[in-house]
Amino acid sequence: MSDYIVEMKNITKTFPGVRALSNVNLSVKKGEVHALVGENGAGKSTLIKILTGAYQKDGGSILFDGREVDIKNPHFSKSIGIHAVYQDIMLAQHLSVGENFFLGELPMNSPFTVDWKKVYSVAGEVLQSLDLKIDPYTLVKNLPVAQQEMVAIAKALYEKSKLMIFDEPTALLTNEESEELFKIIARLKSEGIGIIYISHRLEEVFRFCDTVTILKDGYYIASMPTASINEDDLISMMVGRKIEEMYYFEHHNSPEVVLRVRNLTKGHVFKNINFDLHRGEILGMFGLVGSGRTDIVLSIFGAAKFDEGQISLFGKPVEIKKPKDAIDLGFGLVPENRRTQGLALPLSVKININLLQYKKYSRFGVAINKKHELENARTFIKDLSIKTPTEEAIVRNLSGGNQQKVVISKWLSNKPKVMIFDEPTVGIDVGSKEEIYKLLEKLTQDGTSIIFISSYLPEIIGVSDRILVISEGRQMGIVDRKDASEEYIMRLASGIEETTERIESEAL
Amino acid sequence: MKAQLTEIEAKGKRKFKLRTESTLALLLLVLAVCLTIFTKGFLTGTNLSNLVRQTAINGIVALGMTMVIIAGGIDLSVGSVVGFSGIFAALLMKNGVPVIWAVLLSILVSFIMGGINGFMVFDGRIPPFIATLGSMAIIRGAIMLVSGARMIAGLPKSFLDFAQATVLGFPSLFLVWFFLILFSILLTRHTPFGRNVYTIGSSIEVARLSGINIRLTTYMIYGLSGLMSGIAGILMTSRLANGIPTGGQGYEMDAIASCVIGGASLSGAEGTILGTVMGAFIIATLRNGGNLLGIDPFILQIVNGIIIVAAVYVDQYRKAHQK
Repeated sequence: MSDYIVEMKNITKTFPGVRALSNVNLSVKKGEVHALVGENGAGKSTLIKILTGAYQKDGGSILFDGREVDIKNPHFSKSIGIHAVYQDIMLAQHLSVGENFFLGELPMNSPFTVDWKKVYSVAGEVLQSLDLKIDPYTLVKNLPVAQQEMVAIAKALYEKSKLMIFDEPTALLTNEESEELFKIIARLKSEGIGIIYISHRLEEVFRFCDTVTILKDGYYIASMPTASINEDDLISMMVGRKIEEMYYFEHHNSPEVVLRVRNLTKGHVFKNINFDLHRGEILGMFGLVGSGRTDIVLSIFGAAKFDEGQISLFGKPVEIKKPKDAIDLGFGLVPENRRTQGLALPLSVKININLLQYKKYSRFGVAINKKHELENARTFIKDLSIKTPTEEAIVRNLSGGNQQKVVISKWLSNKPKVMIFDEPTVGIDVGSKEEIYKLLEKLTQDGTSIIFISSYLPEIIGVSDRILVISEGRQMGIVDRKDASEEYIMRLASGIEETTERIESEAL
Repeated sequence: MKAQLTEIEAKGKRKFKLRTESTLALLLLVLAVCLTIFTKGFLTGTNLSNLVRQTAINGIVALGMTMVIIAGGIDLSVGSVVGFSGIFAALLMKNGVPVIWAVLLSILVSFIMGGINGFMVFDGRIPPFIATLGSMAIIRGAIMLVSGARMIAGLPKSFLDFAQATVLGFPSLFLVWFFLILFSILLTRHTPFGRNVYTIGSSIEVARLSGINIRLTTYMIYGLSGLMSGIAGILMTSRLANGIPTGGQGYEMDAIASCVIGGASLSGAEGTILGTVMGAFIIATLRNGGNLLGIDPFILQIVNGIIIVAAVYVDQYRKAHQK
């Protein structure tokens, strides 16, 4: 019997256009909590998906409990005892907690009837053994997210999990709920279950993980006990360079107020948001997932409704009822999810870049000016160095970074005055990231004002002139670039502290 | 390395696309050659003009259906609209309304009926399948009511002559279809409206965030489907020389089949007018050839069904291997 529950060696995986993993190693001992860290796009989820059978590896080997295995599909992965708890929980929302425990293999007490007694008593016992006060008869959709996550863990436990994978499990949890989770993880560990823990929150990594493996751009960097490394060194191994260098660029903000938002409020989602956006300024907007930051920008853009508040552009009050109004006024939005909100995936690069242009450059508003369409597409493919074989290539086949550049091109061809970027660098490679930062600089140089949302602290501190921090829909303050530190922003974002003076001065 | 990979993939895809389009043309050619060899009557003027006349009516309905399907919807009400338009025009003419006004009014009513489908789909958020399933039944019921479920005969001669007429040797029905094909190609390929239809079909959210007027576009898409069906209904009545209450029944199936055989995907954003036209020809040629060969029409129906399923299978297979 091996000490290791899983040993992945020289794992390689290639997607069309991108090498996602090159010779990556990951070995997890029984009863060990093993952190897997790296930037977005480093290859963490790809590696996990190979373990859970969602993807097939192209090369390398996997030893599970000492035996070489070939994980062909998710079913096989589960059958040998690998379970994953994802951010978006994989439970049948409309079934009861008990039913979810036995999904697909309900116990029978005759050839045709389900043994419901057993379903609910077993589920109840497992939940109780984890000190969870959850009624197995409740429908999953009626449980809060944190409890759903606990149900998923309990289910995995019942299914005799040997290796459990947690992918950003605390992203949607409050502090107390996270503490609950950490307790359960400690329980799992004491029972000899191997645990892979993925989190952007490094303090969690140092608090209860035994070992850490670092990935960067699909390459294996190192594995080491967490006790033998400090946070700064870990970060520089993750990004591979000093953070300041990567985000360094000239700032071009001027005092002229472009966008003024006052008292923007929407029920419980966000309350009393106030800020001024200046010409050429990059205003960062930081908040944890669920803080309401995306709702705020969607409301400004007219894609979501708000209850009250005033928005004015260049000193004139404006009424934005739908995205078209915002677009006509000169707003642009690179949305959070480029695949579902930003791109018409089955259509060509050319059409995607020109989506906002057709009305404008059509003869009599009816016939598309094909020459202009083609020229516009080619200009942006060249200027933003979009890697695509032709302008007719289908957007779905491009890599993440190039897809994002297509979304940005679409908006830039409309010559926006205010650009909103919502998590623009998620899931794209480091090279494209740097190109996007450069583009931000160029935009601000030309006088465009930018609202920049990011969950990644070093990034948002690096690129923003000022940072507006949101916690559970409340504006906690606006922090100047020179005063910004990760710790301070995080304290604001978690609601521990707020900078009252600043809110007042801005509101005047 | 990266660029290289994407390039190879894109090339492969383009080749494949070419292949699917030419496959349809080839299939049609093979069919025609076989039928010419194995039957006496296929390559004769009478048969061909008959074939073209029959194809035209279904083909026109399929044009509107193509746009609905590209936008990610479906229109099951087309057959009923064909029937309604035919009966309505017949009734108007029977009651002394001049032919031209009867025709235009019927087409207008069909357009509005389509628009109401669009209203139900967009404003009522009713899935297109359900909304148009409902209007299919409602409109068919309306036909029975206004006609008393009886055939309407004795229509003006000038109206009946239209379907039999030829211009420069081409049957008039074919010319109408041909004109509408050109119109639809221009609409889908060369206008902002066409681009919007494809964008809505890829993702409504993307369309919304890009400031596209989804409401108006949806009304127009379903309205156009109604309009095409309305025209088809007029032509059908002229061709059959009577207003027939059951006319157009099942046309939705032929129209959907033409689109799907022609490469349209029911998940939206894929499909072309040209593909649908070829799909319509393939269905009609098979049917016509089967008749000439004396194959049992019931067996033909089975073959038709198999072709539809096979076409969708190929579509799905292509998609699965494209990732």
